[in-house]
Amino acid sequence: MGYFSEANEVLATEIIDRYPRPKSAVIPLLHLAQEQEGWVTREAMLQIADLTGVTAAEVLGTGSFYEMFKFHPVGRYMVNVCTNISCQLLGGEELLNHVESTLGVSAGDTTEDGMFTVEDVECVAACTEAPCFTVNYRYFHRATPEVFDQVVSDLRGGHSPVERGSAGDSGDMPEHGTLGRVRQEIPADKMAGVVPPEKAGEQPVWLPGNGEVDADG
Amino acid sequence: MADANQMADGYVPHAPGYVVNGGPTLLTSRFLFEDSHTLERSMQTGGYAGLRTALSRAPAEVHDEVRQATLLGRGGAGFPAGVKWGFCPEGVWPRYLVVNGDESEPGTYKDRLLMERDPHQLIEGCLIACYALGLSQCFLYVRGEMALAQERIAIALNEAYEAGLVGANVLGSDFSVDIILHWGAGAYIVGEETALIESLEGNRGMPRLKPPYFPAAIGLYGQPTIVNNVETLSNLAWIMENGADAYKGYGSEASPGTRLFAVSGHVVRPGVYEVEQGVTTFRDLFYGDDYCRGISGGHELKAFIPGGGSAPWFFGEHLDLPLEARAVSEAGSMLGSGAIVVMDETTDAVKACLRLVRFYANESCGKCAPCREGTSWEQKILQRIHDGEGRPSDIDLLLSVGNHISPGPYPVASFDTEGLEAVPFPPSQTTICPLGPSSVAPITSAIRRFRHEFEALITRSDSIPVASEAGA
Repeated sequence: MGYFSEANEVLATEIIDRYPRPKSAVIPLLHLAQEQEGWVTREAMLQIADLTGVTAAEVLGTGSFYEMFKFHPVGRYMVNVCTNISCQLLGGEELLNHVESTLGVSAGDTTEDGMFTVEDVECVAACTEAPCFTVNYRYFHRATPEVFDQVVSDLRGGHSPVERGSAGDSGDMPEHGTLGRVRQEIPADKMAGVVPPEKAGEQPVWLPGNGEVDADG
Repeated sequence: MADANQMADGYVPHAPGYVVNGGPTLLTSRFLFEDSHTLERSMQTGGYAGLRTALSRAPAEVHDEVRQATLLGRGGAGFPAGVKWGFCPEGVWPRYLVVNGDESEPGTYKDRLLMERDPHQLIEGCLIACYALGLSQCFLYVRGEMALAQERIAIALNEAYEAGLVGANVLGSDFSVDIILHWGAGAYIVGEETALIESLEGNRGMPRLKPPYFPAAIGLYGQPTIVNNVETLSNLAWIMENGADAYKGYGSEASPGTRLFAVSGHVVRPGVYEVEQGVTTFRDLFYGDDYCRGISGGHELKAFIPGGGSAPWFFGEHLDLPLEARAVSEAGSMLGSGAIVVMDETTDAVKACLRLVRFYANESCGKCAPCREGTSWEQKILQRIHDGEGRPSDIDLLLSVGNHISPGPYPVASFDTEGLEAVPFPPSQTTICPLGPSSVAPITSAIRRFRHEFEALITRSDSIPVASEAGA
């Protein structure tokens, strides 16, 4: 208990309340935990288990399936270089070599100063903009070694490189663990309300009665 | 509007990769505006008009309109959305909508663009579907790696809730539905709809045993669930506003409307093109002045993937096929997720094949043995061929492993290249989902046409003694 900050504990409760079953919130809460500390700690998993009514083993069981969750400390900036087919054709592997030699680490490793972790990743859906890398999941399209060097020097100098990446994106580069910088907020008075499966047999009010809606059924 | 002199060479800078091609824009009309993702811009350009039309009609009529439009699913399988919607068992409530925004098929880049550039169009589509089918809650599952898309959708949903467009009593009506933004966390297999549901329930994203084949029967929390792709739902606002007949005025009879095609690889102007289905051919798309303007560097075409990493490869003789699901499927491949990857003559077929197979080996969820074991066998065999350490029996062995994941009449013993034409597509499978069989497509494609490249690498390695054979 007691891993989440006070503010995040409030958020965690709000998130759980959006789902018909609390277990559905396990992945969102793992993201929240990773946002708080940059990786998912044992204490975080224990509290997530507690909040969602599952065992800590189930939280780890779910979390360990997904590549984005890190169960050990990683760099402040996660550099993901795509080498899948579209990027490979246009120099993705050469870009990865450049990234590895510039930072002095192999894919999967973190620089000694804890700034960067490098990963050789699968297709990130930027295929027409190949080759491509992302830093903390912000995109850098049609990347060159020079662009990568600039991004590193920006980050080491405390500047945001986001605008160098995908046109249309701007603002700060969050530290590893933060994805969207804005969260969904649902005002209580605007919420339609969770509809759990237990509400069996209750047809939504906007449908005409008598089950005629499903004439094709 | 985008500044005209900013639009270098047809590209729209704030919508990376999107190319204006002069064709109809049913999906991308707002992309020209830099603030296309805001509620303000959406409202100024007819946003939520389709929802208003839908709410003025009976839910069953809305469903009918979509059925009549023959809107084919854009996630890969191409199943008609209106028909899929009809699979919900009568009288079973509640029902849910799950939006598949887990775009990860190699070569695919269009759902991310739609989510980042026009999230309100997607939200409007979700609302129309929920209204038509009586879906009580919508979960918008966005791929974990897409931070900007998550951010844009969160902002758009916050705006829409504030404006009374989502949530309790939409636009003052008795229609109420929440749309919950849910992030994935990195797993290709979650794009498979039953795996998506498992993931949404907080589990490892492993596909469920079939039948039932459609989650419309048994889905999220065991309830009827409609799973639709982002691009599919993004069409609904236009269809409601303009009607099924107008929609069928675009594209071909079998595949009405437009689709977004991401053309990547060795072309002069790679990009995301909105194209009328069945009208344009691959040749138009690769060589046309309005489209990709030819193979880059003055090279010749070697092969192309017509529908994502899982699709069998096409070659020069397929260039005149129209961009239409049926025509492509009759020719032995699929349009899949609209992901077209062009490879020129300098491409190393073994290396390209290895990279695709490595992807499937990486992403196999491990539930079915033929896929879990087979994909890594395939990867290891291809790796040693690529590294010059292949054995003469390796081509046969590759096909034999493939035969265990996706049984077919493989010409394993005969070494008969022509026999590979008989490998069935869509593939048969010994697995729950098509991931494993997908790994076989690049192998049979590459061996069928470029067997000599495999053999050259293996022959070169003939001088290397191989333990098992050295003793023979």
